[in-house]
Amino acid sequence: MDLNSQEVIKRLSDEHGADNLVVILGAPDDESAEIAAETVVLGDPTYAGALAEAQLGLSVYHVLEEEFRSHVDDDVWEEQIGVMADVLDAEGISAAVKGMRDQKP
Amino acid sequence: MFESKQVIVLGERDGIAGPAIAACVASAGGTVVYTSTECFV
Repeated sequence: MDLNSQEVIKRLSDEHGADNLVVILGAPDDESAEIAAETVVLGDPTYAGALAEAQLGLSVYHVLEEEFRSHVDDDVWEEQIGVMADVLDAEGISAAVKGMRDQKP
Repeated sequence: MFESKQVIVLGERDGIAGPAIAACVASAGGTVVYTSTECFV
């Protein structure tokens, strides 16, 4: 994950509290989604950024997960996400992010 | 889902971009506090 994003997430977690934050991902595949989710749940696996060894345990979802999608207006969804929902492997991505969410400390 | 929550949006260039996700979050009643569109390499 981008180092600047890690710094911002650490700061927001300090300011608002981890329980008051939700992260929504737009990763294109299960591998990158899992790494991004791991970074905000268990810490940066590459130990390169501000979230290294920071087990924030943030609530994290991918934009294609039904838990999120079900809250979005259908017209907005079609306009903003549209065909990408069919192109990407929503099932595999969702499983990867849920698997990491379940490891929340 | 977003009641009293602040939302961090981490889009990706090859997947769903940050602003598109942020629009969906707003539609769902969430408050976005950070949006980025990253390039995963």
